[in-house]
Amino acid sequence: MTNVNEKIMCAGFGGQGVLALGQIISLLAMYNDLNVSWIPSYGAEMRGGTANCSIIYSDRLVGSPILTNDITTLIAMNNPSLDKFEDRVVKDGLIIVNSSIVTRKVKRKDLQVVYIDATDIATELGNIRVQNMLLLGSYIGCKSDFTMKQVERAFKEKFKESKAAFIPMNTEAFKKGMALVKEI
Amino acid sequence: MTKKLMKGAEVIGASAIAAGCKHFFGYPITPQNEVPEYMSKEMPKIGGVYVQAESEVAAVNMIYGAAGTGTRVMTSSSSPGIALMQEGLSYIAGSEVPCVIVSVSRGGPGLGGILPSQSDYYQATRGGGNGDYFMPVYAPANLQEMSELMQKAFDIADQYRTPAMVLADGMLAQMMEPVEIKPYDSKNIDKSSWATTGTKGKRKPNIINSLRIKADALEEHNRHLNEKYCTIRDNEKDYEAYQTEQAEVIVTAYGSASRVVRNAIDNLRDEGLKVGMIRPITLWPFPDNAFDELPDTVKAVLSAELSCGQMIDDIRIAARGRWPVDFYGRTGGNIFSSEEIEEKVRAMLKGVISNAR
Repeated sequence: MTNVNEKIMCAGFGGQGVLALGQIISLLAMYNDLNVSWIPSYGAEMRGGTANCSIIYSDRLVGSPILTNDITTLIAMNNPSLDKFEDRVVKDGLIIVNSSIVTRKVKRKDLQVVYIDATDIATELGNIRVQNMLLLGSYIGCKSDFTMKQVERAFKEKFKESKAAFIPMNTEAFKKGMALVKEI
Repeated sequence: MTKKLMKGAEVIGASAIAAGCKHFFGYPITPQNEVPEYMSKEMPKIGGVYVQAESEVAAVNMIYGAAGTGTRVMTSSSSPGIALMQEGLSYIAGSEVPCVIVSVSRGGPGLGGILPSQSDYYQATRGGGNGDYFMPVYAPANLQEMSELMQKAFDIADQYRTPAMVLADGMLAQMMEPVEIKPYDSKNIDKSSWATTGTKGKRKPNIINSLRIKADALEEHNRHLNEKYCTIRDNEKDYEAYQTEQAEVIVTAYGSASRVVRNAIDNLRDEGLKVGMIRPITLWPFPDNAFDELPDTVKAVLSAELSCGQMIDDIRIAARGRWPVDFYGRTGGNIFSSEEIEEKVRAMLKGVISNAR
């Protein structure tokens, strides 16, 4: 892959699988021999209603792993996340909104917005915890060339031993999230 | 070997074990708690020992004792914890036993805050322990380099019989990057002349000691240590020169700060501006030779630190008055943006240079 310089902010409540979502994206980028950084917010920043992580993947060396006003994709899983990061997304960027939880629309008109009822659909699929992988599917459906084979490899790496039982459910959620954006 | 996506703190632990580290002694403190967490899980698997001490003072003295056997040992802590270890570090340096200290620094003074900071440059390179001593200090800027420098630190510690430090911060400890922990072929150094491994009644005891009451004996020891430090200065300086060709302004930055500066240099070079970076990899010995290699085009040097200005002292010594040395820093866990550095460097290129911190 060339001319890749993706800067993703995954943000939501603790427990929504925000950090794991970021890690899976990082693994996928690594499988494509891209340079990757993943960094969580920690400390006092975590006490304000959002847990978040920043991922950069690029064919150039990654400098600072911290995102400023250069977010290219925001995955917002709750209201505080959208409030905090909406203005920091670049023009023509992408915002994926978990519209099960986020109660408002995106104000920006100069970028792509996708609304996914991730929490509700995950619950219908049988486990609310797969909402993050649903959004992963939507992200990849919108913006990236990562393959299903690579996603399966990432799931195998992330869900090991006793957690391997969760792979089919996460795969189903991923496919659903991808199908939803293909319909749009 | 393939790359694995790893967190900085895990890289520290896994690389140490790959380098033959057998014992870890420490006391919890954010933002490096994942290092002892990793070691507590992994040390028993390799027949090593993990001890959570009752304090940093106890931990550093456990290191002192274990290092005296010639076994590879380490600890990891953060700023106020490293402050508590200074007495032990002085004893370790004075009695010449090898060990590795990881300092994942946080903001200060006092308890400060847990976010990324570089305000422990003085603590690392000057030390807070008493006496005429130094120790090699390595400052990785990414996790692959962190892995390699961790392993090197053990070799350097053994080779020179000295404590060696790896200095990072919360950014490097908490972030993940793809890393390959290479199987490490450690230098096999004979420690039988000094290590206290039991005489078995067959040889004179080896004695590890930092007390020398007689003036001549202590002076002789100080001269011996100083010769060692001179050898380290001659042989172990390390740095990266980035985009220094034809540069008019040179930014000096290390560790996490250098990652931001690299972005700034790339952006300014894209605009056609002639700027470069010197990135010290060893903080002690400071790579002053890097400045002697700079082209004649250089007009000014900037020190960019996540502190109020500490490394700038070493840069000024290395600059020897050849260029004005300006400063830009953020503290408290705030990290300067690439734009902030670019703006500062643009002003310097226009001749706006402050030579006072």
